Amino acid sequence: MKKLVMIGNGMAGVRTIEEILKLSPEQFEITIFGQEPHPNYNRIKLSNILQGDTSFDEIIINPLDWYKENNIQLFTGESITKIDVESKKVISDQGREVAYDELIIATGSNSFILPIPGADKIGVTGFRDIKDCEMMIKSAAEYKKAVVIGGGLLGLEAARGLLNLGMKVDVVHLMPSLMERQLDPIASSLLKAELESQGMRFLMEKETVEVIGDERVAGLRFKDGSFVQADLVVMAIGIKSNTIVAKNSGIYVNRGIVVNDYMETSAPHVYAVGECAEHREIVYGLVAPLYEQGKVLAERLCGREASAYEGSVTGTQLKVAGVDLFSAGEIYEDGTTKSIMVYNEYEGIYKRALIRNNRIVGIVLYGDTKDSTRLYRMLSKKEDITGISIFESQCSAEGGSGDIASMPNDELVCGCNGVTKGAIVEAIKTQGLITLDQVSHCTNAGRSCGRCKPMVNDILAYTLGDQFDANAAQKTSICGCTTISREELIAEIREKGLTSVKEVMNVLEWNNEEGCTKCRPAINYYLGMIHMDEYKDDRDSRLVNEKMHANIQKDGTYSVVPRMYGGVTTAADLKKIAEVAEKYEVPLVKLTGGQRIGLFGVKKEDLPSMWKELDMPSGYAYGKTLRTVKTCVGAQFCRYGTQDSMSLGIELEKKFERLDTPHKVKMGVSACPRNCSEAGIKDIGFVGIDGGWEIYVAGNGGVDLRAGDLLATVKTEAEVMEMTGAYLQYYRETANYLERTSKWVERVGLEHVKEVLANEETRKELNERMDQTLKKYIEPWNEAIESENIKDKYYANHIVKAGE
Amino acid sequence: MILTKTRTLVGNYSDLPVRAGYAVNINDTEIALFKVTNGKVYAIENRSPHPKGGVLKEGLVSGEFVFCPVYDWKISLADGKVQAPDEGQVKTYQVEVEANNVYIII
Repeated sequence: MKKLVMIGNGMAGVRTIEEILKLSPEQFEITIFGQEPHPNYNRIKLSNILQGDTSFDEIIINPLDWYKENNIQLFTGESITKIDVESKKVISDQGREVAYDELIIATGSNSFILPIPGADKIGVTGFRDIKDCEMMIKSAAEYKKAVVIGGGLLGLEAARGLLNLGMKVDVVHLMPSLMERQLDPIASSLLKAELESQGMRFLMEKETVEVIGDERVAGLRFKDGSFVQADLVVMAIGIKSNTIVAKNSGIYVNRGIVVNDYMETSAPHVYAVGECAEHREIVYGLVAPLYEQGKVLAERLCGREASAYEGSVTGTQLKVAGVDLFSAGEIYEDGTTKSIMVYNEYEGIYKRALIRNNRIVGIVLYGDTKDSTRLYRMLSKKEDITGISIFESQCSAEGGSGDIASMPNDELVCGCNGVTKGAIVEAIKTQGLITLDQVSHCTNAGRSCGRCKPMVNDILAYTLGDQFDANAAQKTSICGCTTISREELIAEIREKGLTSVKEVMNVLEWNNEEGCTKCRPAINYYLGMIHMDEYKDDRDSRLVNEKMHANIQKDGTYSVVPRMYGGVTTAADLKKIAEVAEKYEVPLVKLTGGQRIGLFGVKKEDLPSMWKELDMPSGYAYGKTLRTVKTCVGAQFCRYGTQDSMSLGIELEKKFERLDTPHKVKMGVSACPRNCSEAGIKDIGFVGIDGGWEIYVAGNGGVDLRAGDLLATVKTEAEVMEMTGAYLQYYRETANYLERTSKWVERVGLEHVKEVLANEETRKELNERMDQTLKKYIEPWNEAIESENIKDKYYANHIVKAGE
Repeated sequence: MILTKTRTLVGNYSDLPVRAGYAVNINDTEIALFKVTNGKVYAIENRSPHPKGGVLKEGLVSGEFVFCPVYDWKISLADGKVQAPDEGQVKTYQVEVEANNVYIII
């Protein structure tokens, strides 16, 4: 196998690797170095994170498992400092040396930071990676006034995000009009008026000469002597190709690393792709051209007859709510061009196509971008427009989809992911898709920059004809089997008195009458939550771990984790666990992160008898339920502990064990603010203080590390139980299935939750429903041990000898 | 050489649970048997084609599809094909039902 090394772990590079794996998965032993400590994520969506529309998890393109599955060795948080092109190896900042046969440089770019005095002060940032995003979010919590330098695409998206975070935002721009490289003065002034109405303030034609302040930024000084106050400064004035490693290694660099039409650099076996590369004197900063480059490079590396990369025409869309804007190609008229224009000042709609020699060479659309895909296609294909009406939909925002019919099947709709109209139509027809989400999931169209979404929606409307439901297409449904949302589902279950998963799907006319892995577990949960005592759990609508009452491991074995209330056990129980582990030759006995003993690598058919011999309650280590209550030793033993954390932990765990919740729930009880049980990062955490308890909620110790928020301070343990019961029940009733408490609180708002729980009557009602629910649970392993049916259906192995 | 296929009795039709997998092991070949809602019986390899694929017997069944319990791939019971956006195919085996007997031809 040849050794392929890639420097950089961003969108362009990893897309190249994906293409290589598609063409020739066995050809290379792949190693990737990424400077950031994350797997590959969708940088285009950073502005969505900042604007609060999405979470970091949702923008990860390839999770760490993907690297493992494809045998890619990934080093994160490590950068390459030198390429030895003679002996063909790379050397990292940690001194690691890795040899290569082929090397891809995909180091991307950095924010361009103005080289002015004070630019290194605290509170000055670029807008380029997740770290910048986090810094801005954190600043917004403490400070009020932000200034964004740069009135281009990135700057305006950053400014909108900061407004959403509750900051006052000024945008400083050097030029007299916004986005001057993409928009003409009319579109630009429409945009400025819209953004001003959203609360942005603009300081036009200002050249920043100094960042002032002590350690932290306090303001900016401009060339004309004027001054603006700022607690946070975001520089969003462009990108600078990250070419240091290439430069230090003697590879030819101009603005970017110079490559030919096959992405080859000046050094043999060294290639560059993405924002670090300069092709025919252009450095691209948009995703579609980078993906095109990746494809060409992959073909080249896999020894295919590669088509040359000849450059791209790019289109731009601004991702700011309330602004529909599209621009591509040339913007300004010269002697050889003529414009076709539609301008409706009243409705704020402006469209202009720039024509040279009967061909479109530039597009600006504002207020109605429905024509964008069609015009962009004509522009990139250099179609002759003689006799064609350019703006069919004229001045109305209600554009038609008439041009979909005439669009050829092999026409690209999603340029980022290479999805054609034909592929979308086929997926809609064969998979019974009816929403945009479904089409995106099935075909990848619209999953990168999202510019093609209106077109995909038009294709849906065109393909489905009368069956198309515009509202349904936009709505977030539970899954692809239905168009109804969670709220509608719950309302229907209540109103129509629906009592089984099957009945829900029948009565509510599920498209796929037997559901899927998303809707069935969700319906099962909602039914159990609503019909507290009469609902009988549908075991086959649960995912494998809950169905089997054991965690499935990657080799098909399972784990056994008995409950250990509050992390406290006895010598007798320890002995029992040890004996069972020995008898069943358990390969791994481990203390889990939740203070219990786990037996791992158990054969499925041994599960019932092991549990029988253990004769202990299930720890539900697999469940969407209360997992563990972690405790410190507390006042009984610790010299600092002010409260009895162990007994409260045990009491909580005994009360709430087995409860069905939208996602797993973990608790921690600490007897003092030293927090030995890590109560601050639990779904619910209790911290003992002199004379009472603080209750923290919505903490999370997982991927999205989140510190809990103080919900309430109470005096007695009875109050702790009351508050916990009400809080958990409110979460059960209002969260989406599979929504962790941290996400739920962020969505509904901590203040709202506090308000609900402040009402004594509401607390009482919530606790009554909780208690009613808790009554229905029984120990699952007792049931399994006593039922031959369950043992045979879920745990037996049927071995049949061949032959008749 | 002529390869002959054998017919193996694997169970009673009426005993097979509907919409749940039933694993059989024929001479070390692990097969998952599914009786779907319309009464048809399918036999497929008991492993998802994902490199760390799950045991398909434990997967949730919907119509003529089963979902891999570990990675949620949707797999056709009829032809073993993995549905988009994932890719791959699982082996399928011929099933015959005679009287109340279910046979797998392998």
